Amino acid sequence: MIKLRDIHKAYKTEFTSLQVLKGIDLDIQEGEFASIMGSSGSGKSTLLNILGILDEYDSGEYHLAGQLMKDLSEKQAAYYRNQFIGFVFQSFNLLNFKTAVENVSLPLYYRKVDRKLRHEKAMHYLEMVGLKDWAGHLPTQLSGGQQQRVAIARSMVTEPKVLLADEPTGALDTKTSHEVMGLFQKINEQGKTVLIVTHEQDIAKVTERIIEIQDGVILTPQQV
Amino acid sequence: MKWVDTEKWNEIFISISKHKLRTALTALGVFWGIFMLVILLGAGQGLQNGIAQQFRSDAINSLWIYGGSTSLEFNGLPKNRRIIFNNDDYLEISNRFPEVPYLAGRVYLSNNLILKYKDKSLGYSVRAIHPDMRHIENINITKGRFINEKDQRDIRKVAVIGEIVRQDVFGGENPIGKEIMLGSTAYYVIGVSFDAESDRAQREILIPISVGQVVYQGNENISNLGLVTGDMNEGEVQALEEGIIDILAANHQFNPADERAIRVNNRYEDYKNVQNLFFGIKAFLWFVGVGSILAGIVGVSNIMLIIVKDRTKEIGVRKALGATPQSIISMVLSEAIFITFMAGYMGFFFGVVVLYLISGVDSDFFRNPEIHLGVGFAAVLILVIAGTLAGLIPARQAAKINPIEAMRS
Ligand SMILES: Nc1ncnc2c1ncn2[C@@H]1O[C@H](COP(=O)(O)OP(=O)(O)OP(=O)(O)O)[C@@H](O)[C@H]1O
Ligand SMILES: [Mg+2]
Repeated sequence: MIKLRDIHKAYKTEFTSLQVLKGIDLDIQEGEFASIMGSSGSGKSTLLNILGILDEYDSGEYHLAGQLMKDLSEKQAAYYRNQFIGFVFQSFNLLNFKTAVENVSLPLYYRKVDRKLRHEKAMHYLEMVGLKDWAGHLPTQLSGGQQQRVAIARSMVTEPKVLLADEPTGALDTKTSHEVMGLFQKINEQGKTVLIVTHEQDIAKVTERIIEIQDGVILTPQQV
Repeated sequence: MKWVDTEKWNEIFISISKHKLRTALTALGVFWGIFMLVILLGAGQGLQNGIAQQFRSDAINSLWIYGGSTSLEFNGLPKNRRIIFNNDDYLEISNRFPEVPYLAGRVYLSNNLILKYKDKSLGYSVRAIHPDMRHIENINITKGRFINEKDQRDIRKVAVIGEIVRQDVFGGENPIGKEIMLGSTAYYVIGVSFDAESDRAQREILIPISVGQVVYQGNENISNLGLVTGDMNEGEVQALEEGIIDILAANHQFNPADERAIRVNNRYEDYKNVQNLFFGIKAFLWFVGVGSILAGIVGVSNIMLIIVKDRTKEIGVRKALGATPQSIISMVLSEAIFITFMAGYMGFFFGVVVLYLISGVDSDFFRNPEIHLGVGFAAVLILVIAGTLAGLIPARQAAKINPIEAMRS
């Protein structure tokens, strides 16, 4: 599903250049449930953003579902994001002026699904995350855990090939974290590829595979 | 592309209804700009109308020529001869200067004449004039018609009466076509004149100059001559004045340099001053108008910048969910244009309502405040376009930046 070859990425400013990814090779099969771990600043988020087509890389090759994701126009990038990827952020990134169900249905708007069907699908996924009764609430009226579940429902609503989550439990307490992880597990059991960035060992342990990143490269399993 | 993308507009209306404060602030800025523009321009127009009314008679570039007495001997003729114009002078000037748009002579009948109608018998002053006098004195006809060339040529006994004469003599009765006696001659009333400025003019009766000369004078004398110089410039008016003096000097045998022989009252200076005053008012109005529009543009641009900044995070989220930059620009701008246009329209509407309310004020220097519909709509359009352009630049930038960066803000 995901194939990375020799991915390099540097953050360049006017005077400095910070090499963050120094040759990432990684394969993730369809239906895998994996986590990426590593110390702060090791480049986890950078990698995940590249996987989510939210950021570009300098060299190497990234294939997603057999297609090369390189030198995409803004329009193409938007299309692939919408078609292939579900993204869950640490800080939820819900639109505060929209209700839970409106937030969940937003990706379908950009897929030009009509309003009635949007609403139906959004309600379906809100039900899956256990928030059907909260559909009409604004994000500010929801707890952190509830907001993250809304965000997960939103990432699922387009039925993406890959679900990417950058520290989805980073802002949640332990109990809520495990509820959310349970949700990811459930999604994975439905056949979705799920990739989670975390720096918490017991969160990573829920997944089937742990990928360690250090100094901009992936550690081989032997090194772990 | 559909003509009206209902999904998009639905999304926009949600955004508008959920951001009441932001919408209200944007709308208020535009509303106020257009409202003030309409009020200022309308009031300025009212001021101009009022002043135009005040200086109505001075707004005509007229030239008046009166006969005097010679103060110099000429060709063996003595001083102190009275110079009196006649129909030959009138005809010669008229033929020699076809570029003069209006030329008329005037005969004053020395005493008031007694007007008799039914049982009424009242004294009024009567003036005999050429038809062109209407344009030289700016006479306003409220009923019937003015004296015309045919009346003049056929020496028809017709009269135009002033408004006060009409009230005194006819009251509620329609005066047109009625027969009146002026002295011992019968006239038909053909028109009523009204002059808000001059009571004297409203107590006057006007008859054709040919009638005045035949019936009351028995000669072809003309008391004085008046003419309008049209769009001649200062030099041309000067040349015309000298040309007329030469004709009169030749006809009546006096020295053209003799300043007492005739008197010329050139109103060109007054005319020019009034024109300058109007020009000043117009320039001021334009200054105010352009100023308000510029202030409006700056205000709207500022609001647009703030709105786009305010929405950067939202834009990032939308992009992460698969929004194309184009759809984002279109959304932000459509919303902005919608609000700007609605607010501009409301500002225009309320401005016109206020103008209507103050149009009841009719003081000496203020009447009929009004605004050209075209000017108002142009102003709204300029603000909408300026707002769009002002929003376009930051919206494009916001749509271009990486969604991760945008969401962080
Ligand atoms: N937009 C950016 N511009 C410049 N430098 C950046 C940018 N984003 C990240 N970095 C730097 O790149 C390095 C990797 O950042 P990244 O966010 O990928 O780390 P991370 O592994 O996700 O860390 P954390 O666990 O703290 O989230 C860090 O040193 C960070 O300071
Ligand atoms: Mg990170």
